Amino acid sequence: MTYNPAHHPDAVVRVRDLTKRFGKVTAVDGVTFDIRANTITGLLGRNGAGKTTVMQVLTGQEFATSGDAQVFGESPAENARVLSQISFIKESQRYPDDFQPKHVFESAPWFFENWDSDFAARLVSEFRLPVNRRIKKLSRGQLSAVGVIVGLASRAPLTFFDEPYLGLDAVSRQLFYDRLLEDYAEHPRTIVLSTHLIDEVSQLLEHVLVIDDGKIIIDEEAETLRGSATTVVGMRSAVESFVAGRSILSREGIGGLASVTVGALSADDRAQAARAGLELSPVSLQQLIVRRTHVTEKEFENQS
Amino acid sequence: MIDEARPIFVQIAEQIEDDIIAGSLAEESQVPSTNEFAAFYRINPATAGKGVNRLVDDGILYKKRGIGMFVAEGARARLIQARKDRFRDEFVRPLIAEAAKLGIDPDQLSDMISTEGVTA
Repeated sequence: MTYNPAHHPDAVVRVRDLTKRFGKVTAVDGVTFDIRANTITGLLGRNGAGKTTVMQVLTGQEFATSGDAQVFGESPAENARVLSQISFIKESQRYPDDFQPKHVFESAPWFFENWDSDFAARLVSEFRLPVNRRIKKLSRGQLSAVGVIVGLASRAPLTFFDEPYLGLDAVSRQLFYDRLLEDYAEHPRTIVLSTHLIDEVSQLLEHVLVIDDGKIIIDEEAETLRGSATTVVGMRSAVESFVAGRSILSREGIGGLASVTVGALSADDRAQAARAGLELSPVSLQQLIVRRTHVTEKEFENQS
Repeated sequence: MIDEARPIFVQIAEQIEDDIIAGSLAEESQVPSTNEFAAFYRINPATAGKGVNRLVDDGILYKKRGIGMFVAEGARARLIQARKDRFRDEFVRPLIAEAAKLGIDPDQLSDMISTEGVTA
């Protein structure tokens, strides 16, 4: 996909031709994108695609090998003024050995000037988090809840959630999505959500960035992506004559049946397909990304 | 409630239209805020706002500054007329075209519809 970075005047993150190498491995390969202020942006892609590396550079935890990354108009590296406005919630967050969740929440106001302790207390009760237990003794899901609560209650102007919910059950994840949407609506801020549970979050997102093999392959409004692909299923000959001349995203088949995913269809296209006895089915954001990143859906779902 | 095939803001706008047509959102009554729609449908508030704004642009809803969004007078009749036009384009015309293809004349078609109407 050819890709033309938009230059947004209200971008809080501005990345230009950013490359990050670890030895011989190029984790991020010349990416350029903006993240607009007060949006929820999905940073999506397979494991090892470069999502976490991008976030590490943006949060000053890694230096860029080349290129430029600006956050709030400045370089984030060793920049306290920028970093004080960022909350970065990651899957592998470590805490001091004898820490309890309450220690995390009590120290949070030192780092986050917008910290809302009432909101944190409400989330603790909703997630049923034992605040007086040593963090080492918490379950994986409870540990994730600590991170999610910090990420929400910190109300940082720029918040990164990097696969924040390992071990959280479906009920807790829904709680996270609901509180995120509510609080974001009341206190607009910039949120970057990186996850492989794409179908769960697709309705939350305003903008979608997909990174694959170190490169940005999709940089698009979520609403534009929705309905941008359709799968056509039917007898092979009918499918082939319908899709001829269209842009084809993927193609599968078994025996005399074919299933081909193509770009957006007009109302006339749909009527024509119906007359030809073809079945049309919408392609979810997750399926679209799977097709664009050339992995099987099973491979995609198995990663975490 | 929200399907994958079409933009969410279009579906939100249609949902509000349905509520106005059904009468559950009366003319001159206040509609929920963008944030309330977002929380209810679990969607991004910007997306909900886009759906609401589309109805404002169409004159179905109007804004009262500092108070909120209201259903415009005459909105219901206008929506029903628009839906009737769409019904003709999307259902009646293809129906007649298909009937002609099969050699069903207008009288026979009319009989078939009446019979279906009785059994439905």
